[in-house]
Amino acid sequence: MTTDRRNFLKLMGAGGVGASLAACSTTGTGLDKSAGRRVVVVGGGYGGTIAAKYIRMMDKSIEVVLIEPNRQFVSCPFSNLYIGGLLPDLSTLTIGYDKLAANHGIKMVHDTVTAVDPVKKTVTVSSGGTIDYDRLVLSPGIDFRTEEIAGYDLATTPQIMPHAWKAGPQTVLLRKQLEDMPNGGTVVLSVPLGPFRCPPGPYERASMIAMYLKQHKPKSKIVVLDANPDIVSKAGLFRKGWKKHYEGIIQYRGGQKVTAVDAKNRSVSIEGMEEVKGDVINVIPPQRAGLVAGKAGVIGPDKKWCPVNGTTFESTLQKNIHVIGDACIAGAMPKSGYSANSEAKICASNIVALMNGKETIDMSGINVCFSFLSAKEAVSVAGVYAVQDGKIIAVPNSGGVSPDLSEVEAVYASSWLKNILTEMST
Amino acid sequence: MEQKRWSNQWGRWALTAGALVISAGAVAAPPSPAMLANACAGCHGTYGGSAGPAMPSLAGQSKEAIVVAMQKFKSGERPSTVMGRLAKGYTDADFAAMGAFFAGQKLHPTQQTLNPARVARGASLQEANCSRCHLEDGKEGKDDTPAMASQWLPYLEMQMALYLEGKRKMPEKMAEKVKPLSVEDLEALLHYYASVK
Repeated sequence: MTTDRRNFLKLMGAGGVGASLAACSTTGTGLDKSAGRRVVVVGGGYGGTIAAKYIRMMDKSIEVVLIEPNRQFVSCPFSNLYIGGLLPDLSTLTIGYDKLAANHGIKMVHDTVTAVDPVKKTVTVSSGGTIDYDRLVLSPGIDFRTEEIAGYDLATTPQIMPHAWKAGPQTVLLRKQLEDMPNGGTVVLSVPLGPFRCPPGPYERASMIAMYLKQHKPKSKIVVLDANPDIVSKAGLFRKGWKKHYEGIIQYRGGQKVTAVDAKNRSVSIEGMEEVKGDVINVIPPQRAGLVAGKAGVIGPDKKWCPVNGTTFESTLQKNIHVIGDACIAGAMPKSGYSANSEAKICASNIVALMNGKETIDMSGINVCFSFLSAKEAVSVAGVYAVQDGKIIAVPNSGGVSPDLSEVEAVYASSWLKNILTEMST
Repeated sequence: MEQKRWSNQWGRWALTAGALVISAGAVAAPPSPAMLANACAGCHGTYGGSAGPAMPSLAGQSKEAIVVAMQKFKSGERPSTVMGRLAKGYTDADFAAMGAFFAGQKLHPTQQTLNPARVARGASLQEANCSRCHLEDGKEGKDDTPAMASQWLPYLEMQMALYLEGKRKMPEKMAEKVKPLSVEDLEALLHYYASVK
């Protein structure tokens, strides 16, 4: 009772949605859901915001609680442009939750989930309260498998060797290190074995850093140590762009897995065979589903990602828990912001169908992902996805990558960002 | 083999035109119009109302306009970057379903800075030259003519440039009307369409 009341007060202050509470509760405790049906969404990024919004758009009688610790969300897509110096700050990549919550009657809880009980169907938040759900949507993004890199401490290493793979202060730190680096310095960028968040992201980052070096630190270079045998996405286009713009600046080395770091010495080790030193070292650690997925017991036997039903995105391990975005195994769909957006809508449609005793609907999804090669040129990959025999497949003979570097694609990329962030925040 | 089976399934869905398909192993209904159309919103905005100046709003377009545009993207007749690649993932029945969904949405009003003198000049040019196909001040279109009202000026300018460069083919009647107009006149027309709410 006390915890319910505390949460109620928090909700009242959290998004101007107090007025809608009366309709959802018979007891006045706000989060007592005895009166109605509730979906709890965890994670306010590319997936979670859209799942929450579309459930409310499709069925106003379902209460939606969105749990996210941060008051603002900073987009990973386009954060490489800030690192390269094309954006003055992160303001165009930053959105809040107030309008989204008010427009759709979503109840925001700014807190961290500490436990999930799939049997009682409750989540516990760090302030101590528990929240009941009928269905739970997890869109937790990624966590780092730092245990696979000797000498890596999640609390301290990123302060010296930023990953910048979750946008925000880490992005700003990497940019600052590049600005502070002397002309002639070496940047080291280590890419983990796939699958990881945003397959073309590391190579776009290499391009953006090289662009900055070419202009401001022409004696410098960037060494890309890729644990994968080759560039994992848009390889031909990146190679073409690097040859056109950054010959002699980007040194790409495939099959070079970083297995240890020495923050003090500013060096990384490649499987104990070779030590590589750098003035700025951007280690992107290998990844797994975000922390809450582990707490909910939805991570699969690979101990990394969450297997889901390709139609509903319901976990194959826990009933009534759905996983979307980077954390889930979505067949042919890559771990991208657009995929998360698309998966969220598919998941929302089918949650609404299931909660109303209706037949589920086969998924139809899209991914579009732009990468910048220079200040004015971008490339894209696009895909259309469907479900076949329970698996998500790319529709045959569709999708693919740009034929070449393109200025018009850079224009479309900016409009894409505007649209998708508007979709998430209004 | 796999591909064949897959396209057969789509054929069946198309034939039943959205009706529930009951067959061995079918556990879910085929993608609904909303399922298909919502996937587009990542670039074209919720319900097809675009906030990005290079992307057109799809809200309020007629079903015919959407179907024809998607067919032209798919065949390559209309130049594109990602649209052609995406259109290849869908059937005519899918295009019709998406088209019906977007036709059912309200026109999306945009807030953009426009030149009032050009808007005024464009209004009279539209009335005299374009109003037989661009109906209701561009809020509607004859047959597959797209709605122009409230589209983003940058999008309209990009498309007009493609027309003038010969990369996008003008319908014959449009070509006749456009030919005598100056670049300033065309710019005024685009300002006018962008202004209509």
